[in-house]
Amino acid sequence: MTPARTFRVALAVLAGLLMGAPARAADLTVSAAASLTNAFKEIGAAFEAAHPDTRVQLNFGASGALLQQIAKGAPVDVFASADQETMNQAERQQLVKPGAQVNFASNSLVVVVPRDAAAVPKTLADLGTPAIGKVAIGIPASVPVGRYTKAVLEKAQLWPAIEARMIGAQTVRQALDYVARGEVDAGFVYATDAAILPDKVKVAFVVPTDMPVVYPIAPVAAGTNPAAAQKFVAYVLSPAGQGMLAKHGFGKASNSANKP
Amino acid sequence: MEAAWIALGLSLKVALWATGIDLVLGVAVGLALARYRFPGRELVDAILLLPMVLPPTVLGYYLLVVIGRRGWLGGWLERSFGINLIFTWQGAVIAAAIVAFPFVCKSARAAFENVDVHLEQAAKVLGLGAAAVFFRVTLPLAWRGILAGVLLAFARALGEFGATLMVAGSIPGKTQTLSIAVYEAVQAGQDELANGLVLLTSVTCIAILLLAGRLAPARIPGRS
Repeated sequence: MTPARTFRVALAVLAGLLMGAPARAADLTVSAAASLTNAFKEIGAAFEAAHPDTRVQLNFGASGALLQQIAKGAPVDVFASADQETMNQAERQQLVKPGAQVNFASNSLVVVVPRDAAAVPKTLADLGTPAIGKVAIGIPASVPVGRYTKAVLEKAQLWPAIEARMIGAQTVRQALDYVARGEVDAGFVYATDAAILPDKVKVAFVVPTDMPVVYPIAPVAAGTNPAAAQKFVAYVLSPAGQGMLAKHGFGKASNSANKP
Repeated sequence: MEAAWIALGLSLKVALWATGIDLVLGVAVGLALARYRFPGRELVDAILLLPMVLPPTVLGYYLLVVIGRRGWLGGWLERSFGINLIFTWQGAVIAAAIVAFPFVCKSARAAFENVDVHLEQAAKVLGLGAAAVFFRVTLPLAWRGILAGVLLAFARALGEFGATLMVAGSIPGKTQTLSIAVYEAVQAGQDELANGLVLLTSVTCIAILLLAGRLAPARIPGRS
């Protein structure tokens, strides 16, 4: 290529990069809890295949952090949280319409340890013994799995002892990663997260929770694409969507007991 | 707000340590690059510059892999000395020192290259030893340039976020620096705390800039 031609090609590439693809009316932005990452990637792709005119943009993070983004005006169409509390906050701040939320999946809280761990706790009380050092827990203020964990440990009167050795994680997946790398001796994650890395972590025990771990989903009130948002929620609740969630280990959710 | 002051103290501690380490290493490496010709010198220079260009998340990942419990260096440290750097403020210092290193190293190299070799030779002829030449001739002539780099390094270390979060986590009072505390407060919707933290950060940075201006007054043309 001559220098002039190289320059023209470079300019064209640069122009393409700078302009990018503008957001189209048919874009659907879905903010979903970090624990839904694998399942929602699959659901998003399937939804796009079924609705070729809609492009799904997925945004994963801690439910609390996603809520803050929406509250500050992020252009989100659908919000899927990992706990009732965060969705109720969204409803109170009128970010989603009252009564619009539907529970679509359930999960369970587990304690995981590194695959090759020498000390495997059997109960919550074991986590308080010196054999276990650092424990990864999602930050309760913004990460639902941390909120469930804190509630359980407070009830067992172990929270002060374990909080002192807690490594706060920004999302449940970060807690999982810390355990997988062996940087902590144990971590609180969902059963579905533990199932992603069976060669690196093992489930020590399942933690019974007073509050059921359920995932609510709702269209965002200020969304620009309400029709597609409604279709996406319906798709998640359809047999196809539920099948994909089940494949990733999520349970069914009831919609009777835990309305706000 | 007490948490904010603790975070500020921690940020300053981490940034000071990181800058101190960078000052010693950066001046040594900068001098070596300025004075000695060896094969691959420019390649070494490029590699040392990498932390300035690489995304902090890449550095954070490298650090996790190297100094983590299962990393070759981290594993050795733990087996041999029982030292664990992940989730400690010392880990945060390492992360900050690496991201800020190029600022000291680059400016030190440039400053040393600008020192007139004849002056050093004259000092040698007059009977000064190598160490005395460095401390009494080379360093006084180069210190302005080095200081500018050191201040930039301090500022960069103070604001370090990505690699620090990955390596040291976010433990209040232990590894939660100002920048991480801001991030966390915003994530949790604690706007009041976030407001206090960003105000404190801004005031601190202005104070540091003013202090920097006093330490290294701009050269006024026509005066010396």
